[in-house]
Amino acid sequence: MTYSTITSSTDTLLQVNNVSVYYGSVLALRDVFLDIPKQQVTAFIGPSGCGKSTLLRCFNRMNDLIPGARVEGKISYRGKDLYDSDVDAVEVRRRVGMVFQKPNPFPKSIYDNVAFGARIGNSKENLDELVERSLRSAALWDEVKDKLKASGLSLSGGQQQRLCIARAIAMQPEVILMDEPCSALDPISTLRIEDLMHKLKQQYTIVIVTHNMQQASRVSDMTAFFNAEAAEGGNRFGYLVEYDKTGAIFNSPQQQATQDYVSGRFG
Amino acid sequence: MTTPLNDALPAVEPIDLTRSKTSSKTIMSVSLTVITGFFTLLVLAPLVAVVFDVAREGLPRLGLESFTELPPPPGLTDGGFGHAIVGSLITLGIATAFSTPFGILAAIYLSEFGRGSRVAYWVRFSANVLTGVPAILAGLFAYSLVVATMGNFSAFAGGVALAVLMLPIVMRTAEEGLMLIPHEVRLAALGIGATRFQTITQIVLPAALPAIATAVTLALARAAGEAAPLLFTALNNNFWSTDAFAPIATLPVLIYFFAIIPFRAQQELAWAAALVLLGIVLIVSIVARLIARQKKY
Amino acid sequence: MIVGGSTIVINVNGWNGKQPVYECKTMSAGTEGATQSNRGSLEKRLSKQSLLDQGFFWLTLVMAIGIAAVLAFVIYEIGRSALPAIQTFGLGFLFSTTWDPVQNVYGALPQIYGTLVTSAIALFLAVPIGVGVAVFLTEDFVPGYIRTPISFAIELIVAIPSVVLGLWGIFVFIPFIRPFYQVLNSTLGWIPLFAGVPRGYSLLTLGIILAIMIVPIIISITRGTLLSLPPELRQGAMAMGATRWETIIRVLIPAGLSGIIGSVMLAFGRAMGETMVAAMLVGNSNRISISLMNPGATITSLIASQFGEAGRTQVAALLYSGLVLMVLTLLVNIFAEMIIKKFQNVE
Repeated sequence: MTYSTITSSTDTLLQVNNVSVYYGSVLALRDVFLDIPKQQVTAFIGPSGCGKSTLLRCFNRMNDLIPGARVEGKISYRGKDLYDSDVDAVEVRRRVGMVFQKPNPFPKSIYDNVAFGARIGNSKENLDELVERSLRSAALWDEVKDKLKASGLSLSGGQQQRLCIARAIAMQPEVILMDEPCSALDPISTLRIEDLMHKLKQQYTIVIVTHNMQQASRVSDMTAFFNAEAAEGGNRFGYLVEYDKTGAIFNSPQQQATQDYVSGRFG
Repeated sequence: MTTPLNDALPAVEPIDLTRSKTSSKTIMSVSLTVITGFFTLLVLAPLVAVVFDVAREGLPRLGLESFTELPPPPGLTDGGFGHAIVGSLITLGIATAFSTPFGILAAIYLSEFGRGSRVAYWVRFSANVLTGVPAILAGLFAYSLVVATMGNFSAFAGGVALAVLMLPIVMRTAEEGLMLIPHEVRLAALGIGATRFQTITQIVLPAALPAIATAVTLALARAAGEAAPLLFTALNNNFWSTDAFAPIATLPVLIYFFAIIPFRAQQELAWAAALVLLGIVLIVSIVARLIARQKKY
Repeated sequence: MIVGGSTIVINVNGWNGKQPVYECKTMSAGTEGATQSNRGSLEKRLSKQSLLDQGFFWLTLVMAIGIAAVLAFVIYEIGRSALPAIQTFGLGFLFSTTWDPVQNVYGALPQIYGTLVTSAIALFLAVPIGVGVAVFLTEDFVPGYIRTPISFAIELIVAIPSVVLGLWGIFVFIPFIRPFYQVLNSTLGWIPLFAGVPRGYSLLTLGIILAIMIVPIIISITRGTLLSLPPELRQGAMAMGATRWETIIRVLIPAGLSGIIGSVMLAFGRAMGETMVAAMLVGNSNRISISLMNPGATITSLIASQFGEAGRTQVAALLYSGLVLMVLTLLVNIFAEMIIKKFQNVE
């Protein structure tokens, strides 16, 4: 099995170098090599249990919150190993924002949700401006500008998810991770968020995990296909099958498994 | 397998992701963790101290005569508090006889018939408020209802006061136990032609029995330690008595009276009685909680 | 299910074994075979069985309503017995400082004051400690095999009989705390709260012991509230680069605030109604003292120490003070119930 580097190394923001992830003694993801380019959208696709979310959560060290989780290999962000002993996970998360599958606004006002990152970061910035700018970037401003004091939970599901995106943008991160951000949303809200991603990639590097292949082909520049395999003992672990430009993955995949998956023959 | 990346030079500027050990955030996190950890020790300290001190003061005075003899008259030594143990058992027995069937039947209504109904809502609400009624007010209630009416203090009045305290505990804990029995079990019984009564008495109640036993035990442990509701219902008695309609001595009330009188022999007896009471209550509480953890379903 | 199902079959068969024949009033026994007739009718049976069903339902309903009735009856009985005192002293009872069994003139202001002040001291100490410990035991600051026994031990504090805690207070805690009171008095004596001659039997001593008794309530309800918060909240805050403590203070505690407030109210009600430690430790002095280092009285200590030897009017006055306590604790408890319910509805 070979892994090709498609991107020129000058653009690489995140480097995944021979990474395996374990939960306790159970292998979840094996031997991944991957370069994630700057200011592009990279999509991770594959069947359930293939480790795509697991890998995503390594980029902002959210796996730290799971007891027993262990990462082997090296994940570099701007050349710095994210799992070095001197790296502070909190600092990583300020630069690598995340949007979750289920919208999770805090039970606070819309304004306070967006201002949260600046407040804990002791930012000296004008909060009103920051909130407006972030909500505009998340294409939510016009809908909420008259009710910024209303609870974030009073919004519809799609609006809540855009609020979470605004909240992430307000931290002024470099990378935004999205873990199946549209799977809990209706088709119209989904389209809006996909539009948003196209705009956001001019400023941010986006990595998105999705079950939806159409979505991957619509929004992403690069696509990584992961698959799952049963290990001895019955546990399943994931591995990277193929990583290429999105067009190549969907039109001329090198691997039979990728061909089968993108043509809908399994998964 | 070759590594295609060959540790290529990073294209973008390297970055500092470390946090200084002296940053304000680090200091705040560490100090808050230390403070709450210290609080945890602080909360545990009284428990350890009380158990240790009661054992230290009570053990030397504890002997067989503690359970078989009456306390000495003021000025003399020796003696025991056997009459108070008997008295506690009698008042608790009366309280259990009132509160257990009452509480369990009410719990059956809440879990089997009244789920989601307004009646159930208000009954539950009343039970929660009743749990918060101070123990001494249960005593005033029993005084007003029984003592004032019958004209004398009695074990019976004390039992009524304790029953008021036990009732909401029995009901809520029994209800929780009944709720844990899966709905499918009831459907299965009804589905093969059992009536509601048969389903409840032969399937649901036996399955919930450990939980119900826990409910009664926890309520008993709570009531056994209460002195306030007995002060002016069961009152006290310096002699042996098994008459339900006469004043009777109980362990908590005996501890109270002997703690506040200035005779060394009585104070020693108070410590020994406290050791017996604390031992019973703690052991019962621990056992009841351990039983409650063994879930049948 | 399989196990449950087989159990049921055995049980119901056993029951049928005891009463092998169904009520047959509506069955056409005789025209068909005996086994046939046993399963013949689908009509409602006005039989012993359905009567039993109905009767059982009504019995449990009456008992359930009985719980609410007991609460109402407790309030009514105390009110009825306090009526003579209410008629004699009116609302002035709440504002008078006289308690004179010789002249039969009564007012309970010092006791109401003492009840509120000692409970306030207890909350002042127990709320920060209780919430802090709840956080400490919810988050994984220490491994689970240490957390579980600690939580268990804290639950046991509730089980200590208050009369035992009072005994311990008199003979162990007061001698232990006196030197600290001396220091507090000599350094902070210029503050009225700590002025005067420090005394072992005092409002402050009772407040501290009450704090020991209510802190487990605050811990257990706050902990339950924090555990019930959706994990997405924590993840969201952590992903925003919040440290663990920033997540706790800025997101989790605000989100669980109503549950925490509910626990504080319940603890407040418990502190106000606590009797034996109050009677044994507060000093039973009928005065209003600004200094917490002086003795005082609470409603409960008043009732406990005087009821035994009280005359007719005095008993009514004591019941009146009991009614005041009842109203205070009812308000606090109902408020707490409503707050906690509201929180559960939001969930």
